[in-house]
Amino acid sequence: MPKFAAAARPALADTGLRRALRGTTAQLRGRAAAAAAEPADWEDLREAGRAIGEEALLNLDVHLEDLERAVTEAGGTVHWAADAAEARRVVTGLVRASEAREVLAAASLTLREIGLDGALARAGVAVQETALGDLAVRLGEDEPSHPLSPAAHRDRAGIAELFRRAMPAAGADLPDDPEALAAAARAHLRERFLRARVAVTGANFLVAETGTAVVVESEGNARMCLTLPETLICVAGIDKVVPTWDDMEVFLQLLPRASTGDRMTPYVSSWTGVTPGDGPRAFHLVLLDNGRTRALADEVGRAALRCVGCSACLNVCPVYERTGGRPYGPVHQGPIGAILTPQLRGVESAAMASLPYASTLCGACADVCPVKIDIPDVLVHLRGLVVDSRRRRPVPPPEMVLMRGLAWTMGDPRRHAAVLRRGTRWARLLSRGGRIRRLPGLLGAWTEARDLPAPPAESFRAWWDRTRA
Amino acid sequence: MRVALSVACFDDALFPDTGRAVTVLLERLGHEVVFPPGQTCCGQVHWAAGYHREAADLARAYVAAFEGGDVVVAPSASCAAAVRADYPRIARAARDPGLARAAEGLAVYELTEFLVDVLGVTDVGAYFPHRVVYHPSCRSLRSLEVGDRPLRLLRAVKGLDLVGLPAAEECCGFGGAFAMKNADVSVAMVADKVRHVRGTGADVVCAVDDSCLAHIGGALSRLRAGVRTMHLAEILAATGPA
Repeated sequence: MPKFAAAARPALADTGLRRALRGTTAQLRGRAAAAAAEPADWEDLREAGRAIGEEALLNLDVHLEDLERAVTEAGGTVHWAADAAEARRVVTGLVRASEAREVLAAASLTLREIGLDGALARAGVAVQETALGDLAVRLGEDEPSHPLSPAAHRDRAGIAELFRRAMPAAGADLPDDPEALAAAARAHLRERFLRARVAVTGANFLVAETGTAVVVESEGNARMCLTLPETLICVAGIDKVVPTWDDMEVFLQLLPRASTGDRMTPYVSSWTGVTPGDGPRAFHLVLLDNGRTRALADEVGRAALRCVGCSACLNVCPVYERTGGRPYGPVHQGPIGAILTPQLRGVESAAMASLPYASTLCGACADVCPVKIDIPDVLVHLRGLVVDSRRRRPVPPPEMVLMRGLAWTMGDPRRHAAVLRRGTRWARLLSRGGRIRRLPGLLGAWTEARDLPAPPAESFRAWWDRTRA
Repeated sequence: MRVALSVACFDDALFPDTGRAVTVLLERLGHEVVFPPGQTCCGQVHWAAGYHREAADLARAYVAAFEGGDVVVAPSASCAAAVRADYPRIARAARDPGLARAAEGLAVYELTEFLVDVLGVTDVGAYFPHRVVYHPSCRSLRSLEVGDRPLRLLRAVKGLDLVGLPAAEECCGFGGAFAMKNADVSVAMVADKVRHVRGTGADVVCAVDDSCLAHIGGALSRLRAGVRTMHLAEILAATGPA
């Protein structure tokens, strides 16, 4: 995975992507803002969501044990996966045992996180995406750019073109209006729903007291996956646990309003174990750690685990709006991805170290987060971890030399004044007509497309000393 | 009232007019302005970039420079926000409760907060016959929540034609190190900001943070757009025919 700045370049140059994202995010944030303005107790709900999430994380061990007990009592099986490889092994083993050649997939963020597609393909099993956006991304051999609308970066005409090629039954004259596209996908998928024997899904919440997996979605495809197949495999992060059903009252109000601006979500499906004669005969819950306990141990960073996956932060982020999701990596995108992914994978690699810097810290994300995750605070905290990891290097990077030099200079007012005088003279030599058009070294990135005013001959403190002191 | 002026390190070097304008303005309003000579930098650049130890050193020096009980006025929302919002965090990261207490003891105001809330004035007797747009910087908007205070001050300026800025509350793309580390995204953001500014036909863009203005102004200058950037204080300090 490349660094954010490099990965962002193709997106910045893609006019179609820029236009599609601008439209999608503007529409979603407008709807979410209106939906948040409706309930008089919205701020109380946010605070409740924050408090429930925090309590759930601080007592996660207890809730997870409750969850395992409840799932087992309801006839399900719990599997623990320390990392992605273990989760892949568990799921692949279960699919192999069922002898299915094809599995349905829904609510697939966690499935992407563990790289399930590749593992199942190697085992000779095809994965069928069931959500419209996921399907479009899959057919285009593309990467999703948004957790809720994975094809947010593509326009309708492009999606219609993909469908015409991949779904001959839809006809060569399939129009590109949303209803026609949804109808074509529905017809294409129905046949697969009816013949599928195994489905793999994620979960939005896991209710510990009853052992219930809750999936929240707008299309109804996940509900089909939960009910039609013989074997249901649910893969979810350990951070998805909420203690009780009462807690769902809060999250089911917060989530739809923050994510799509709806008052309620079209489909809220909950699944508890197995019921003879109804639905899947086997229910497996794979509980995934994959870096989450490490994040949990970080008292600032753990706030990221409260995320309920609404994507409100993406929709207001001016950086995301211009880059789309791909530069953030394949799973968690936008501002929440910038704080979650480096925690799950560690900040040591250059790509992970670049993610906490993929923000201007403008704070729009924190304003809209329905569970009040202070994303800028976590970003700055993670930047501190990145810098600390570099302090141990035998040869300090140029940026560190510059920043430490600045801090040393500014640590003393007289030193500061002397360097200011010298710096001003140098900067004035670089300027022409009162502006600097090219700066050397690290600072050159500024002058690629922006001027800098030349410093006036007299600094403020020099003026003060001359006129007031 | 005796006011201790806090001048941002880059304002000191690059935009000394801002500190001069605040001095002139507050003196015109009948207050005494002092410039504590021990001040250098509030440390927010280091804090935001991840150099947390260095930020703690600078924060300790800042607090020491302004100890003494005077009201501190910073014509920079980001510096005021650093002391009020970041210092508790810097102290937490450095495990330095003394720094947290010292920061809490400082009465630091962003300029428009000071004028409107402490002095209770919105008409400062300024005259500035130009078409102006106001860019609400992220730190003024979200960390300090200065709200419409700058707009109320601008509306009271004689001769000033205040026009609305589309997508005003969207970040200009500066973000300190962001402008360098993610220069391409940063430029894409300021390009939109500049497009909105030019669409208003304004002569002047103003804000309460010279850092954002350096970014917006840097792009305007490269485009030879013929639009000036000015700190709000310079507009409020401007006078003309009575």
